[in-house]
Amino acid sequence: MSGEVQASTEEQQEMQDTVVSPEKAEEVKLKARYPHLGTRPGGSDLLRKRLQKGQQKYFDSGDYNMAKAKMKNKQLPTAAAEKTEITGDHIPTPQDLPQRKQSLVASKLAF
Amino acid sequence: MMAGVGGGNDFQWCFSQVKGAIDEDVAEADIISTVEFNYSGELLATGDKGGRVVIFQREQESKNRLLSRGEYNVYSTFQSHEPEFDYLKSLEIEEKINKIRWLPQQNAAHFLLSANDKTIKLWKISERDKRAEGYNLKDEDGRLQDQFRITTLRVPVLMPMDLMVEASPRRIFANAHTYHINSISVNSDYETYLSADDLRINLWHLEITDRSFNIVDIKPANMEELTEVITAAECHPHQCNVFVYSSSKGTIRLCDMRAAALCDRHSKFFEEPEDPSSRSFFSEIISSISDVKFSHSGRYMMTRDYLSVKVWDLNMENRPVETYQVHEYLRSKLCSLYENDCIFDKFECCWNGSDSAIMTGSYNNFFRMFDRNTRRDITLEASRENSKPRAILKPRKVCTGGKRKKDEISVDSLDFNKKILHTAWHPKENVIAVAATNNLYIFQDKMN
Repeated sequence: MSGEVQASTEEQQEMQDTVVSPEKAEEVKLKARYPHLGTRPGGSDLLRKRLQKGQQKYFDSGDYNMAKAKMKNKQLPTAAAEKTEITGDHIPTPQDLPQRKQSLVASKLAF
Repeated sequence: MMAGVGGGNDFQWCFSQVKGAIDEDVAEADIISTVEFNYSGELLATGDKGGRVVIFQREQESKNRLLSRGEYNVYSTFQSHEPEFDYLKSLEIEEKINKIRWLPQQNAAHFLLSANDKTIKLWKISERDKRAEGYNLKDEDGRLQDQFRITTLRVPVLMPMDLMVEASPRRIFANAHTYHINSISVNSDYETYLSADDLRINLWHLEITDRSFNIVDIKPANMEELTEVITAAECHPHQCNVFVYSSSKGTIRLCDMRAAALCDRHSKFFEEPEDPSSRSFFSEIISSISDVKFSHSGRYMMTRDYLSVKVWDLNMENRPVETYQVHEYLRSKLCSLYENDCIFDKFECCWNGSDSAIMTGSYNNFFRMFDRNTRRDITLEASRENSKPRAILKPRKVCTGGKRKKDEISVDSLDFNKKILHTAWHPKENVIAVAATNNLYIFQDKMN
């Protein structure tokens, strides 16, 4: 009997926590989806990502040709899905490159 | 007469104008990235992701129509920054204009500073409404005359011509920032200005482009030890030796340039104590300050973090004097907002001319205003549906749970792609400019 009472008190505490802090409930949800999140210091990960905003590795014809020569029969590595990670081994291919902008057009606000 | 928010019976915000295309497909380049009135409010500048600046000028009010106020029409537009490529590091430098700041007007021309991630430019915008005619050495088409053919001399005369507004880059302040510039601020001495990136703040002289002084450097010797970055910086409106900078940890440091050449040690440190029991994974992220603005009086400053706006008294460092919730209902959505990156959106905030009201943006093209005196607040929407001339804007309400009343919108129906990050308030009147993605809305107070 007492065991049951204890269990329900714990449940109540959990409910209380959820009610009291929606933020904590959201954290629980996030950790459930991404169990490895926060195992490395989250702050520096986020900050590093922020400092590297918009930075991409670009096509280097020298690297490309060297890699092609080495590979010979093998296929070149395909583009990583996660472009934000700068990996030392991945040689970007022309398909990886985003299109540079062409001619500059006037702003639509000016009409 | 100014002030008032429109939360009650006093003032009512009406639609005035909307600029920009109506198409559903928004080109990335058209996204407005900064909005700024000049000191008189006569000019309104916008910058976009395509590196272009558009300046609007307020029309002179017509004396016949008492109720109509000056409309803003295009005055000048130019390409401020272009995409660049850093060959050494294989990095593309975006042309997006991060900030525009006007200089106070000192002669007939107007000057503004515009900054992308790496370079700041001083632009001169001047009018030409006369041209010289009757040259001796060249004819109407500009072709040089044979000087031996000239038998008489005449004095060229100035003739009126159609107004031409020219923008020319007068100074280019480059190569001083390793990281991305997030702020520029003109000093009250009208001679210097500061520019801030994630880790450093530099002080420039407006006339000198080949040198700048580094006044704050928070880069650690070992980047693994990096714990916070600079998110915004601003010069004090009256004291030219004082500036503040905010951080990703929700703190603000006030520095005095008279104290030392390198202001790594702050004079004042503003931080609100946090309840340790309420700390979560999101705490630091949502406490990151996205904007800091001094009041016009110079007595207060306002900071914007993800969920709130705080007003600080410069004489009190241990907590803000006022806190306004912008969209508290998002606290129970932080998980999905983290997943879609919205939690990193950088909202700006602004004061009205008399410092009695503040404004900031939210999602679903909503923006919020808070009256500091009456403590009333209002949520308004920038949308094409409410864009009949002089139509009064109806207050909007977000329903957080339970029964949704008519005209309310539920949190789950909010469009998180419609963000209002940039807003500006006319320095003297109740006229506001609200950037909604690729459209610029101008609203005016009915009573004005």
